[in-house]
Amino acid sequence: MVLNIGPQHPSTHGVLRLKVRTDGEVVSEITPYLGYLHRCFEKHCENITYEQVIPYTDRCDYIASMNNNFGFVVAMEELMEIKVPERVEYIRVIMAELNRIASHLLALGTFGLDVGAFTPFLYMFRDRERILDMFEMVCGARLLYNYMWVGGLSHDIPSNFEQICSGFLDYFEPKILEYNELLRDNKIFVERTADVGVMPADVAVSYGVSGPNLRGSGVNWDVRRDESYSIYDRFEFEIPLGQGQVGSLGDCWDRYWVRISEISESIKIIRQALKGLPAGDIGQALPKKIRPPQGSIYRRTESPRGDLGYYIISDGKPKPFRLKMRSPAFASLSVLDEISRGWMISDVIAILGSLDIVLGEIDR
Amino acid sequence: MTIDLLMDNISGFLKVPALAFILAGLICGITLFLVIALNALIAVYAERKVSAFMQDRVGPMGQGVGLHAGKWGVLQTIADAIKLLSKEDTIPALADRKLFIIAPFVIFITAFLGLAAVPFNQHIQIIDINIGIFYILAVGSMGIVGLVMAGWASNNKWSLYGAMRSAAQIISYEIPAGLSIISAVMLAGTLNLQEIIHFQAGTIWGIFPNWIIFNNPFSFLAFFVFFISGIAETNRTPFDIPEAESELVAGFHTEYSGMRWAFFFLSEYANVLVVSALTVICFLGGWQSPFSGWLNSPAWGLFWFLSKVIILVFLMMWIRWTFPRLRVDQLMYVCWKVFIPLALLNIFGVGLWSLIAG
Repeated sequence: MVLNIGPQHPSTHGVLRLKVRTDGEVVSEITPYLGYLHRCFEKHCENITYEQVIPYTDRCDYIASMNNNFGFVVAMEELMEIKVPERVEYIRVIMAELNRIASHLLALGTFGLDVGAFTPFLYMFRDRERILDMFEMVCGARLLYNYMWVGGLSHDIPSNFEQICSGFLDYFEPKILEYNELLRDNKIFVERTADVGVMPADVAVSYGVSGPNLRGSGVNWDVRRDESYSIYDRFEFEIPLGQGQVGSLGDCWDRYWVRISEISESIKIIRQALKGLPAGDIGQALPKKIRPPQGSIYRRTESPRGDLGYYIISDGKPKPFRLKMRSPAFASLSVLDEISRGWMISDVIAILGSLDIVLGEIDR
Repeated sequence: MTIDLLMDNISGFLKVPALAFILAGLICGITLFLVIALNALIAVYAERKVSAFMQDRVGPMGQGVGLHAGKWGVLQTIADAIKLLSKEDTIPALADRKLFIIAPFVIFITAFLGLAAVPFNQHIQIIDINIGIFYILAVGSMGIVGLVMAGWASNNKWSLYGAMRSAAQIISYEIPAGLSIISAVMLAGTLNLQEIIHFQAGTIWGIFPNWIIFNNPFSFLAFFVFFISGIAETNRTPFDIPEAESELVAGFHTEYSGMRWAFFFLSEYANVLVVSALTVICFLGGWQSPFSGWLNSPAWGLFWFLSKVIILVFLMMWIRWTFPRLRVDQLMYVCWKVFIPLALLNIFGVGLWSLIAG
């Protein structure tokens, strides 16, 4: 039987259509159909100035806009050889890590929802809400921030931000235990996710899967550490790897575990960054007009979904000659068919949830 | 009992027995319908509020001036009902019209019939048949016909999946449910619901009420097997795979809307009521007071019965909002490899126990 999952379906995480060939409940083939959200991001960028590209990067991965801004500005600054002030670097890291927490909360919440647990989803939204409130305080926007600019930031952080942020971290850290009690240690959740959708390391690498999905398969790779950008080399943090504690290495449970552990690591980074946050001006390195020298750059950064790469070719004019974005979720989605063959429809939904895709970024 | 009483009264002024029977049946039927409607009204509101409190929300609240859902949102369910009533009645073009229209009523009627034999206290019970338990189980398992009808008639793949899943699930879970009821029946030595409740009068060692759940370790186990199978039969999380929202959109009632959908909803909550009532009758002493010998008048009986049922319904809601959902094969595994052997063991154990203990 051929089954159409989506584009209108409760758990396709956006407008994704999956054509699923099934034998009873067992899935024999999945074909994802993309493009429902295609907005010609890359072509569009050739017709707008570099400053105007930043709001568009927001709209690619709308769950983690800060990280998308971050990737773009890091690439631009490397191309233009700008050195940004210390304070800016620290604030950027804080924002990116906060956004990583928010993004992982959403990913895990919807993952729980996909396997039928409604309550953890709302618990996670409750806490994500507080992060969004902080972003609102900082830049006025809750979802699409346009906060990081080439050479600086749109606004400095308010004077009481440090206090509010560390207050949030103190509140939030014990909550992780609560999520784990509801999901990680729940027998039914373990039954549903352990050994399901196993992604072996070589499959993950050959499909170009990155980020938490790759680390869930036990591959020790994190751009923040291995190709360090900004000031990530100054912080102490660990990179959680899947170990197959309850099932085999690279199953859905491992991907859950990696994400929930990364939240704790992000908290560590934010704590260190808040401690080291220097005073100063945020706009020192802000260029009057962005006109990068001729040349090209490919820079990847670690977004919550994986290696987010920007390839920018400049011909010296205020508009990019070509801009290519490497979408991590796209690679994650492409592996879906390979790892979910032979599983049931319910498992496909769980696997899709564990891969944490954002259609805005896949379609661009 | 009630229907007989009514018939006696009516026969006093209405001399045709057939007419008297119809009139009495109508009165009982309408009352029962009101009970089911009221039950759904309260249960839906309770479900919203309970889930809200479990999820750190406030649930429906009435705010502001003008049209709103009353203080604490108590009118929310009524607003929902009005919305459902005023919705357009849609039937998919390629659906099997007749089956599509009949299906909700088939499901509703089975829930309705089951409730007719439930003793609410010493006297309030529409019919007291001497095979009460058997009757409720038999009528309850007919609901599956309606589900498969709805799933097939909708001409929708999701509905079909939902219907097939629920057919497999409900038929499987009938078995452990039936087998664990046998433990209770063996102890009481009767299928009559009132007599089972009468059997549970008195105390054990003067402290515990002499309910079947406390009778021996095996019947204690049987209570859990029956209750969990009951949750599975009512299609609630963690056994809600026939309507698994995130997988099958809405399962067998994907294509239903408006009042037809509301009938599915009504019968879901009626089924919840029947299952809880049956659990209370067979294991928790029915309308017997927990303080043996005290507070056992009919009015208190109704109170005890309803409070026990409400506690079980709350337990079901609690489970629903805490657990994820099982997969189809895991569900079958739990049923065939865990519950059925356990239920058989219970029968054996209860038999042995009554042989030894007297």
